[in-house]
Amino acid sequence: MSHSILTEQVSSHQTSGTRHHAPFDVTEKIEQEASLRIQQYPEDQKRSAVLPLLHIVQSEFGFISSEAIEWVAAKLDLNPIKVEEVVTFYPGLRQHAPGKYHIRVCRTLSCAMGGSYELMDKICELAGIDRTQSSHHNPVAVSPCGTWSVEFAECLASCGTAPVCLVNDDFHENLPAAKVPQLLENYR
Amino acid sequence: MAKVTYIKGKEPHKLERRLIFRNVDRQGWNPSISRYLSDGGYKALRKALKKKPGKITEEVKRSGLRGRGGAGFPTGVKWGFIQPGNKKPVYLICNCDESEPGTFKDRYIVHQDPHQLIEGMVISCFAVGAEIAYIYIREEFPEAARIVENAIKEAKKEGFLGKNICGTKFNCEFHVHRGAGAYICGEETGLIESLEGKRPYPRIKPPYFPAAMGLYMCPTIVNNVETLCHVKHIMEMGGEKYSDIGMPRNTGTRILCVSGDVQKPGYYEVEVGKMTMGELLNDVCGGPLKGRKFKAVIPGGSSAKILRCSDTYNVACPPETEKREISFEEIPLDFDTMAACGSMAGSGGVIVMDDSRRMSWVLNNINEFYAHESCGQCTPCREGSTWMKKITARLVAGQASPDDLDTLESVAYQIDGRTICAFGEACAWPVESMIDKFRDELLAETVEGNAQSALNAEQEAQRRYLKDAVACADKP
Repeated sequence: MSHSILTEQVSSHQTSGTRHHAPFDVTEKIEQEASLRIQQYPEDQKRSAVLPLLHIVQSEFGFISSEAIEWVAAKLDLNPIKVEEVVTFYPGLRQHAPGKYHIRVCRTLSCAMGGSYELMDKICELAGIDRTQSSHHNPVAVSPCGTWSVEFAECLASCGTAPVCLVNDDFHENLPAAKVPQLLENYR
Repeated sequence: MAKVTYIKGKEPHKLERRLIFRNVDRQGWNPSISRYLSDGGYKALRKALKKKPGKITEEVKRSGLRGRGGAGFPTGVKWGFIQPGNKKPVYLICNCDESEPGTFKDRYIVHQDPHQLIEGMVISCFAVGAEIAYIYIREEFPEAARIVENAIKEAKKEGFLGKNICGTKFNCEFHVHRGAGAYICGEETGLIESLEGKRPYPRIKPPYFPAAMGLYMCPTIVNNVETLCHVKHIMEMGGEKYSDIGMPRNTGTRILCVSGDVQKPGYYEVEVGKMTMGELLNDVCGGPLKGRKFKAVIPGGSSAKILRCSDTYNVACPPETEKREISFEEIPLDFDTMAACGSMAGSGGVIVMDDSRRMSWVLNNINEFYAHESCGQCTPCREGSTWMKKITARLVAGQASPDDLDTLESVAYQIDGRTICAFGEACAWPVESMIDKFRDELLAETVEGNAQSALNAEQEAQRRYLKDAVACADKP
């Protein structure tokens, strides 16, 4: 991808979490998984596999680098911008390395009423995370050691057991701020 | 069928009627196909495959089933929109994007009872002539995606999916497609764009009605998880008998998700229209928290207009009778009466707020959600949702002027009805209804309102001082 202001603004850069994720490298296993996903869609509709391929990349390498975008584009015979526009749209796709454990706290009404802001503050306090630098475009805040990262998510669809959060793929419900020490202990 | 017992502490309330959630929290239940088959699973599919596809659609029409995703559109009618004599492939998409704040019903179906969904979907595919179906699962349900993919494999092995289903000529393949955390993918045409690998910008209707020009410009039916599960039960009991459940034009059961300030939040499956708001909140959910009173309720997901608990509503209740005044507690939980009361039954997400809640804070939280989730395609929504958020943020901080409230209202009414998809209404309605119902409370939080209340506090102190002084003077 050619270098431009856009590249600087939106493509990935290093964070303290980078050390916990392997650098992008296409293995045989990834190629196979990708081929299986592409087969889910009609032959002339390969573009549909953009999200599935990006999910493979993100779950393997923690985030989606520019190299990964180019790989996905080549795999699906697309111009890289067609992949990049998808990556920059979805809140669930990251362009910077999160921590080893990425915590997504639900921020929406029922959880907020149940104390999700207090939950977020407590996680940040105990994990040593400074959220003041996070922004709309880069909502993920990583701890200096790179072990933890946090992000507010919109409605995780478990409003009856508020407040809730996701730690990587694990879902935790009925989680008042007082339970945070125990939560983090599980992953140490 | 075997008697159903539930996990201790998770038993359904006696006013509930469990159809879709029959196996949720059931003792000894698991998502495997062997467990599902031992409970009579896939019998409805065998029954359906013996009928003509058109007859199944007829049956669904007769049942009166209305979509459970939010709009409440009759499912059978939606299926009937596919042109007769269509030569293109037909697609069925299961919408498991469950992203309307306050809604958490599909989560339990896909996690605990995936085969019920698959059975309902195969029947639906047979009815509409679809040989490929996609289950669009939101990214925030990683576990569910694994469970459903495994269930698809199991069903394929048992011959309920794949080639020659149950020995018939019908072939059908299912695939899981995971979203990536965008609320707009719950909108059916946005979902289709997302499935095509593009940004999920909703399409303009007409001409892009999915049943005519949907996925890959082919006829496509998009249904919610709960809706597709109902199809299985309609097949089992017959459309006529299914329509006896609930109320006329509001048939079947539906799952209500209650969250917020109640004693027992959770999911409750009830006959549509047979339960009132008062019964739901006071009997089933155990009433308000200790020492509190209910203040306001959002009855159908955060996009629904808010209802004030102290209001009365002038509606025909039961339907087709003379209009009369009913209290908030008397509102029956069905599609039509809820609409007549000025809100909507929507997705069944009931969010309850008690008298400890500041409405400016509630509204700001909702506005932050919509400002974050607007896809940015239409200017009124993209700009307006952010403006509304900025204004309510000022209001919460006590820095808004009384004019701001008028601006807020005017922005909302300029979004409403001026966007490609229903997101415009979804973000404008909470603002419109909140200002309509709680204008005084919001005004009291503006700069002048604050100054006024500071003034009032001072006057109050002076009055007390004078009273004390008089009392002192009176003493001998």
